[in-house]
Amino acid sequence: MKKLVFVVLLSCFTSLAWAQDKPYEYPIVNPYEATVVGTPDLYKAPLPEKIRVETLDMTVFGDRVVPEVFWYWDTFRYSLAYQRSKAPLIFIVAGTGAGYNAANMILLQKVFFKAGFHVINLSSPTYGNFIVNASTTQVPGNIVDDARDLYRVMELVWYQVKERIDVSEFYLTGYSLGGAQSAFIAKLDDEKHVFNFKKVFLINPPVSLYTSVSILDTMLAENLPGGPDHFNEFFDAMMQKFSKLYKKMGAVDFNGDFLYDVYKVEPLDEDILKALIGLSFRLSSSNMIFTSDVVTNSGYVVPKNLVLTTPDSTTDYFKVCARTSFVDYFNQMFYPYFQGRESGVTKQGLIAGVSLTSIEDYLRRTKKIWLVTNEDDLILAPGEVDYLREVFGSRAKIYPNGGHCGNMLYKENVDYMIDFFKG
Amino acid sequence: MKAAKGFLLLLVGMVAFGCASAPTRKGTIEPAERPVSEFVKPDVKYVIDAYDPLESINRRIYKFNALFDKYIYLPVVSAYEFVTPVPVQEMVSNFFNNLHEVRSLVNSVLQLKGGKACITGTRMFVNTTLGIGGLFDAATGIGIPKQNEDFGQTLGFYGLGPGAYIVLPIFGPSSVRDTGGLVFDLATYDLMVNEIIQSGLDLNRGEESVLTWGSTILDAIDTRHQQSFRYYETGSPFEYELIRALYLRSREILVQN
Repeated sequence: MKKLVFVVLLSCFTSLAWAQDKPYEYPIVNPYEATVVGTPDLYKAPLPEKIRVETLDMTVFGDRVVPEVFWYWDTFRYSLAYQRSKAPLIFIVAGTGAGYNAANMILLQKVFFKAGFHVINLSSPTYGNFIVNASTTQVPGNIVDDARDLYRVMELVWYQVKERIDVSEFYLTGYSLGGAQSAFIAKLDDEKHVFNFKKVFLINPPVSLYTSVSILDTMLAENLPGGPDHFNEFFDAMMQKFSKLYKKMGAVDFNGDFLYDVYKVEPLDEDILKALIGLSFRLSSSNMIFTSDVVTNSGYVVPKNLVLTTPDSTTDYFKVCARTSFVDYFNQMFYPYFQGRESGVTKQGLIAGVSLTSIEDYLRRTKKIWLVTNEDDLILAPGEVDYLREVFGSRAKIYPNGGHCGNMLYKENVDYMIDFFKG
Repeated sequence: MKAAKGFLLLLVGMVAFGCASAPTRKGTIEPAERPVSEFVKPDVKYVIDAYDPLESINRRIYKFNALFDKYIYLPVVSAYEFVTPVPVQEMVSNFFNNLHEVRSLVNSVLQLKGGKACITGTRMFVNTTLGIGGLFDAATGIGIPKQNEDFGQTLGFYGLGPGAYIVLPIFGPSSVRDTGGLVFDLATYDLMVNEIIQSGLDLNRGEESVLTWGSTILDAIDTRHQQSFRYYETGSPFEYELIRALYLRSREILVQN
C-alpha cells in the first residue's frame, strides 16, 4: 500500500512537473482546422506499416433478413488484430457514422497493437452495417439501447475469437460518440460482469448527444454560402480550389498529408472549415437515416412499403436526406419511434437519457473510466468542459487545443493513452 | 481476345437482365413523411445530379463489379502480392506505368501541349534507359513528374462533353466520351506493345501469343494492385451517387488541365 501511494504521488509530481516544463505542442491551434486536418504525419505517433489483422464476420440475429438493396452488408463485420502471446484485449468503438475499418479506427488499432494488445475494432451503431445486422431497434441514437447492442456484439465476438487468442484482461475505448457509448457499456458491464473491464478510456465524447448534434447541424446551416440551395456552387468552388492548389504544390501524396499541405499553403477560412465539418457530419447522418428508414420501413424518406432493389435509383432520397438534419431525425423519426414503444416517453426525457449526465453518479463513483478531451472541442457547449473536469476530477485530461479528435493520434496523446492502459 | 470479350458480354448480360424479380412487401405504398416531391426542388442544381439515362443497368454493373472484385479480382491480386516480393511488385508497376505513358505522350501531342509531351517523352526515355527498361522510375526521382493525359481528355479538350455516365464492367466509372477514349488508348497501347513484341523480339507465333496474353493478365493484376479503392468501404448506401459525382467532377478538372 505504501509503495502504491508512493508511486501515485511520484507520478503526480512528475506529471505536474511535465505539465509545467513542457508546453503542449500539437501544432494546430484553430479547433476547426485541427478537426479537419487531424494530426500531420510528422507529429503522429510512429506506427507500424502493417499489422497482424483479420476481418471477421458473424450473424448477430439468426432470423434477420437483409434487404437486397443492402446486399453488401449481408453479415456483421469487425476486425481483430492479435498477438501471439497472452495480452490484454481492447475493444475500440468507432465514432458517429464510422465503420470498424475507418481511417482513424485503423490507426487506433495500430496504436494498441503496437502497445502489445489484442485489438477488436467495432463499427458505430450509427454505421449502416451495424444498423442492418446488429441493432435491436434499428433506430440508432439511443445510447442506452446502442450500448446494449454493442455489449451483445462484444459477447458474440468474444465467443468467436476466444479459442484463438490468449487474453489476460479486458479494456475498452471509443472516440466521439463511441466514447460516450463506452461509458454506458462500462456501466452495463458492472452489472453483467462478462468482461469486468479493468480500464476504460473515453476520447472526446459528447456530454449531451443532442447538444452536440445540434452544434454540428448548425455549423452546416450557418456556413454554407448562399444556403443549401447553393451547395453545388460551393462544391465546384472547393473542387477548383483543391485542383489549383494541387497543381501549385506539384507532386503531393493524396493519401498522406494532403490537407495539411493545403493548410500550410493557403489556410481555409473558418466558415468554410465549419461548413466542411458540418458536411461530413451531414453525410454520416444521411447514411444513417436512409439505412434506418429502409430497414424499419418507417416511411420517413422512402415511401412506406416500397421495396428498393439494386437497379433502383436512390439519388432523390439522398437529396432529401442531405436536407434532413440530425435534429429533424430526432424529432420526426427517433422520438415518435420511442414514444410508440414505451408510454410516457417525453422529448426532454429522451434528450436527458442520451447524455453522460444521466449516468453522472456512476461516472463520479467508478475509478476505471478516464477521459481525454480538448478545451476547444467544438462539439461541446460552453460549460461542458468544466462539467467533465468536475465529474471526472483527476481522471480527466484536458488538452488546451486539438478541436474534435484532431489530436487523437498526436504522439503525446498516444503516449498518455498507452501509459494509462499499461500503468 | 475474342473469347474474353464474349465472356464479358455474357457476364454483363447475366447481371443486367438475368436478376431475380423484385421482392414484394405486403401493404399499399404510402407517401413518405419527407417526400421527394416536397424536398427536392426542380430548379436547384445538386452536386449528385448527373446525366445517367442507363442508371438501372449501371447500378447492376456496379454490383457486378463489386462481386467480381470480391470473388475474383482481389483474391488473384492478393495471391500475386503473396508470392511476389515487394521490390518485384514495384518493378512490375514501374514497367507497366512506363509503357502506359505512351497514352500521355500521344494525347499531349494531340492537344498540342508541348510542355507535357516533352516531360512525358523525357520520362519515358529516362525510365527506359536509366530505369533499365522501365523497371525503375528514375524520372520521378530526378524531379520529372508524371503527367496524366488520355484520349477522353483530348476529346474534352476539343469541346466534346462527357455524354451519359456509364459504368463499364470491370473498368468501372466512365462516360460515353471516356469509353471512346479508353478504346482509342487501349488500341494505341496494343499497337505499340505488339510492335515491340513482333519486331523488337525474335519469337515464334506461339511465344508471341503467350507473351501477349501473359502481359495483358499481369497488367490487369498490377492495375488493381496499384488501386487502393475497395467497394463499399465508404460505408455509404449512396456510394453509387458519390462515386459518380466524384468521377464526373474530377474528369472535368482533368480536361481543364
